[in-house]
Amino acid sequence: MTTRIAALASAAILALFLAGVANAESGHETPKPPAQKWSFSGPFGMFDRAQLQRGFQVYREVCSSCHSMNIPFRNLSEPGGTEFTEAQVKALAAEYKVQDGPNDDGNMFERPAQPSDKIPYNFANPQQAAAANNGAMPPPMRLLAKARTYERGFPLWLIDVFTQYQEQGPDYIYALLNGYEEPPKDMVIDAGQNYNKYMPGHKIAMAKPLNDGQVTYTDGSPQTVEQYSRDIVAFLSWTADPSLEERKKLGFRVLIFLGVFLGLLLYVKKKLWSEIDYEKPIKAH
Amino acid sequence: MSAHTKFAPTSKTAQWFESRLPILGVAHEFLTFPTPRNLNYFWTFGGILAVMLVMQIVTGIILAMHYVPDTKLAFESVQAIRRDVNFGWLLQSMHANGATMFFIAVYVHMFRGLYFGSYKQPREVLWILGVIILLLMMATAFMGYVLPYGQMSGWGATVITNFFTAIPVVGADALVWLRGGYTIDQATLNRFFSLHFLMPFMIFGVVFLHIWALHVVGNNNPTGISVKTNKDTVPFHPYMTIKDSVSLVAFAIFFAMFIFYMPDFFGDADNYVEFNSLKTPAHIKPEWYFLPFYAILRAIPFTLFGLPATLYGLIAMFGSIAILAFLPWLDTSKIRSTSYRPAYKLFFGLFVIACLILGYCGSQPTDKAVLQIGGNVVLDMTGLAQIFTAYYFAHFLVVLPLLGLFEKPLKLPASIADSVLIKGGHGMPYGAAAEPQTKG
Repeated sequence: MTTRIAALASAAILALFLAGVANAESGHETPKPPAQKWSFSGPFGMFDRAQLQRGFQVYREVCSSCHSMNIPFRNLSEPGGTEFTEAQVKALAAEYKVQDGPNDDGNMFERPAQPSDKIPYNFANPQQAAAANNGAMPPPMRLLAKARTYERGFPLWLIDVFTQYQEQGPDYIYALLNGYEEPPKDMVIDAGQNYNKYMPGHKIAMAKPLNDGQVTYTDGSPQTVEQYSRDIVAFLSWTADPSLEERKKLGFRVLIFLGVFLGLLLYVKKKLWSEIDYEKPIKAH
Repeated sequence: MSAHTKFAPTSKTAQWFESRLPILGVAHEFLTFPTPRNLNYFWTFGGILAVMLVMQIVTGIILAMHYVPDTKLAFESVQAIRRDVNFGWLLQSMHANGATMFFIAVYVHMFRGLYFGSYKQPREVLWILGVIILLLMMATAFMGYVLPYGQMSGWGATVITNFFTAIPVVGADALVWLRGGYTIDQATLNRFFSLHFLMPFMIFGVVFLHIWALHVVGNNNPTGISVKTNKDTVPFHPYMTIKDSVSLVAFAIFFAMFIFYMPDFFGDADNYVEFNSLKTPAHIKPEWYFLPFYAILRAIPFTLFGLPATLYGLIAMFGSIAILAFLPWLDTSKIRSTSYRPAYKLFFGLFVIACLILGYCGSQPTDKAVLQIGGNVVLDMTGLAQIFTAYYFAHFLVVLPLLGLFEKPLKLPASIADSVLIKGGHGMPYGAAAEPQTKG
């Protein structure tokens, strides 16, 4: 009797969930970004230095005209990232001018940037950035790979724990950069708007930012939108999570230690408890 | 309780000290405390929670050394912690995911108490102290989530504090009083930081009382029957300390998997965008551990006596937690452990499912369709939440009072030791009860 009620209840609940899922998939929704292969996914995944360096090049030559990258130059030579040499970073920083001061006379002055300075941004404030971009402020790029996602839905989000899938942000940005298409005939796209297959609502202020051959790679990698977007997304994944490599390496050691420790504790526990005589009371020492 | 030996220090120094402050005796009483020998691993979550509280306080104090409670700097200071402070990424991740782990452990601890009847006589005060700890934890976690000052921080605080406008007469003033202004701003952030720092120590105090009460009435156990003789117990140390350690390290492994491999699993992408009071995120939702209560908050549909529905939502939400405090008197069954209550076992399962579904409702937009027939929405998320909110309260107000009167419990074992001997088979030589092998 009770099992029958339980079975009925669980069937009803399952039906409710399925109805919800089915409903989500009907109607004209934004397609889910396809999952890409990333060198940094999974428990042992690390960044590809060459890819990060190419990604930085794409950021510098294309994205940086509108999007901010609020990290200091020195990050570019730190371990676990692009790992340029310190000399390279120093030379790179010197190409930029930053405002400093006030000096002893009370005046602000310009000087070449140093590795400790943040990468300068073209606009003084968000309002200025918005005004120069059809009223839509280009989002800051440092944390973009973590700040963007798409709905995984039940039960995928639960399965993600076991598959360690957590690249919703990178997959979404990659899909977006490759999602510029001709709009459907019945959709009106206003001036200053562009159609994008993966943008929620399909209307995005940013015009197609990448085109084949736009950035010249020196390492022989293909100079295609596909490759550019893959590289910039890898770079953004690093800027959003610069401790990824250190995190996974330390985590591996911590888990090995805890695993061994658990084994030892279990052994001691089993031994202690097996010595209990269940017929007799146990005196504390 | 023969395991309890009176503490008599042998060294002169210890005797001198003990006669002035009997703290060694207290420690001795902790170590020799008689615990039922049949406690299962669900009983180790109390120890896990104590360690989690200390861990949250330690990581929190270090984070507070680097965090800046300024609306213009807060978001950036959290990033600075993650990027520039030595092992800051680890501390921040431990603290943020620690809140999640704390709630996982506390919910397991509570459902264990619910299943094995740990709230029943004589543990009513112990249980009510636990409910107070839960309330304090929720307040602490809510304010802590505002501190990183991301979009979900600011908008979550906006939505939740807005509900207080529903309080009659003083609502509008209460809102300004809570926020320290008309919107979530500098005053709000500063007071939330201050209170977020204070409340863990209040929790610490109530935990002290909780453990004190435990040491007065003793542990409940999976059979729910009281300790009768010395045969029923083992001293806390080394038997429970080693068992707690095993569980704690297993829990640490679970915890470490998220810290090191999926640090953002429980987080919200929108909280990686700095709070902007002019730009509302698409879906505002609280952290997962508040979702069932958030669903109850949004579920109440009616206006009554000229008071707004949100007020009843607010009452229902606080009521859903406050009702736990009355549990010892709402449950009329004299049997503690659900193992001997076949009908309640089913209702307990339904209650767990109801909580899970409420959590699901809380995570979804209210107008999302759940059931459609012929293109008409028969049931939306609000409707689903209403059904299970009703069930949540019915569990406490109808099922528990009535079930105790009509249910026919199974036969209880004579003692804890008996139940162990029957189940564990340790009382007889290994293999004595097994069927003889036919081969060989």
